[in-house]
Amino acid sequence: MSAREKGWKEIAPAGVCSKPSITFLTGDWKTYMPVRDLEKCTRCLLCVLFCPDGAIHWKPEKSDIEFDYNFCKGCGICANECPTKAITMKVE
Amino acid sequence: MKSVVKQERMALSGDEAVAYAVKQSDVDVVAAYPITPQTIIVERFSEYVANGEVQTEYICTESEHSALAACLAASVTGARTFTASASAGLALMHEMLFVTSGCRAPVVMAIANRALSAPLNIHGDHSDSMAQRDSGWIQLYAENAQEVYDSIIQAFRIAEDVDVLLPIMVGLDGFTLSHTLENVDTLPDDAVKQFVGSRKFPNVLTHEGKKAPFKLDPETPMTMGPIALPNYYFEFKRQQEEAMKNALSVIQKVNSEYAKISDRSYGNGLIEPYRLDDAEIAAVCLGSTAGTMKTIVDALREKGVKAGLLRLRTFRPLPIEDLRSALCNVKAVAVMDRCMSFGGHGGPVFHEIRNVLYDADVRPYVVNYIYGLGGRDTSPLELRSIYSDLQRIVAAKRVEKPIQYLGLRE
Repeated sequence: MSAREKGWKEIAPAGVCSKPSITFLTGDWKTYMPVRDLEKCTRCLLCVLFCPDGAIHWKPEKSDIEFDYNFCKGCGICANECPTKAITMKVE
Repeated sequence: MKSVVKQERMALSGDEAVAYAVKQSDVDVVAAYPITPQTIIVERFSEYVANGEVQTEYICTESEHSALAACLAASVTGARTFTASASAGLALMHEMLFVTSGCRAPVVMAIANRALSAPLNIHGDHSDSMAQRDSGWIQLYAENAQEVYDSIIQAFRIAEDVDVLLPIMVGLDGFTLSHTLENVDTLPDDAVKQFVGSRKFPNVLTHEGKKAPFKLDPETPMTMGPIALPNYYFEFKRQQEEAMKNALSVIQKVNSEYAKISDRSYGNGLIEPYRLDDAEIAAVCLGSTAGTMKTIVDALREKGVKAGLLRLRTFRPLPIEDLRSALCNVKAVAVMDRCMSFGGHGGPVFHEIRNVLYDADVRPYVVNYIYGLGGRDTSPLELRSIYSDLQRIVAAKRVEKPIQYLGLRE
C-alpha cells in the first residue's frame, strides 16, 4: 500500500470521487491492442461507433482515426467489426 | 427550552401510527411495495397522497429491490425518503441495503417484523431484520404503537444528522403491533415539522476540486459509491463504523429533545431499564414482549423477588457501555431472542449480550430463551418461568442449559 494513499478520516464519505474519471488511465488493463493496416482502412468509422469505451477518436484535421491506448481495454470489437479486416489484435 | 405541546389522542394500529408519523414528517419521496404485515403503512400513506394531504412523490415499484433503489436515488439528491417492508420483502432488499448504507443515504424504513419462509408464515418474529444485522443500518425496536409513532419521527432526525448519515430501520412486531389498535398521543403537524427540520449536508471535496454539499446536484457534480478497489474500500467501511458510533450519542440527544415536546422518552433512547437498579435477576428483550415482561416484573416485585428487565431499543449501534453497566451487577440474565441463528450458539441478541458481559469484572450467568417464532404466542406464565429458572440458576450457581426454547413442543 502506497504511503500517498489517504486515511479514512481524510476522505469524503460514500466513495465520492476525488478526481475525474479521465485521470484514471484504464488502458493498462489490456492484453491485446488493436493495430491498423492503413492500406486496408477505408475510414468508414464503424470502429468508432462500435468501440464500447469511446477509445477510438475521429480526427477531422487529419481526416483519420486514432486509437486512444490510454483507455482502450483491448476487447477486439473493432477488429471483429471492421468490414475490410484492417484491424488486427496484437499482444501489447 | 421547549415545552410540552398539546397532543391529540388517536386510535391507531402500529402500521397506521407509522403512516401518520411519516405524513407529519415532511417526507419528499416514498417508494414501496406492499407486503403483509406492513401493507397498511403504504396503503394509508397512499391515501394521504391521493387526498392531497401530503406533497410527497409516491412511487409504486415492481419489487422491494426497486423500492429501495428508488429511495436511495431520491435520498442522495437530498430528498427526505421513506419506505417500509417485512420478511421476504426485506430479504429481497438485501443487496440494496448495503448500497444504501454505503452511499450514506439516510433512508428511513419501517419493518413490520415477520417470519421468513419456508414454511410460509406471515406472523411476527425478528428473523427478517436480524438477518440484515450487518447491512450497516441503524436498528430500533419499538414496544408499542406509541413508541412506533415517536420512533419514526425521531428516525429522520437520527439518520439525517450530519455526524451519522446512515439509513435506519424501525421494527414493530408483526400483528402484535402492526395490526393492533392502541391509543396513540400525536403531536400537532407543525410541532413534528419543526422537530424534524430540513435535511443538512456536510461539505465534501468533489472531483472538480470544489467544496459542495454532499448530495447529487447538477450545479456541483459529484459521483457517489462508484468503485473503490483494495486501496480504498476498507477506509470507506471504517467510516461507516464511525458513523454508527456517532449514532449512539445522536439517538440519546434526539430521545431527550423529543421528550421536551412530547413528555415521552424511552430510557436513554438506547436501552430502557425497568426496575433494574437493585435487580438480582433480569431479562433482556426487544419489542412488544417488554410490555408483558414489565407486568411480570411488577408481580414478582410485589412478592419480594428482585426481578428486573432491560429492553434493548437500539440493537444497531449496540450500546455496549450502557448494556454492561446496566447488567454487570445482576446475578443472572436471561436473553430473549425471537429469531434463530441456525448452528450458532443461541440467538443474535444472546451473542451480543454474552459478548458485552465478557469484559465485566464479575460476569452474571447468562441464559438464552428462543421464543415466539412465526407468531407463536408466548404466555405470561411462560415468561414468568424465565424468572423462576433464573432463581434456580442463581441458587445452583451454574447454567445447566444455556440455550432454551420457550413454548416449543418436544
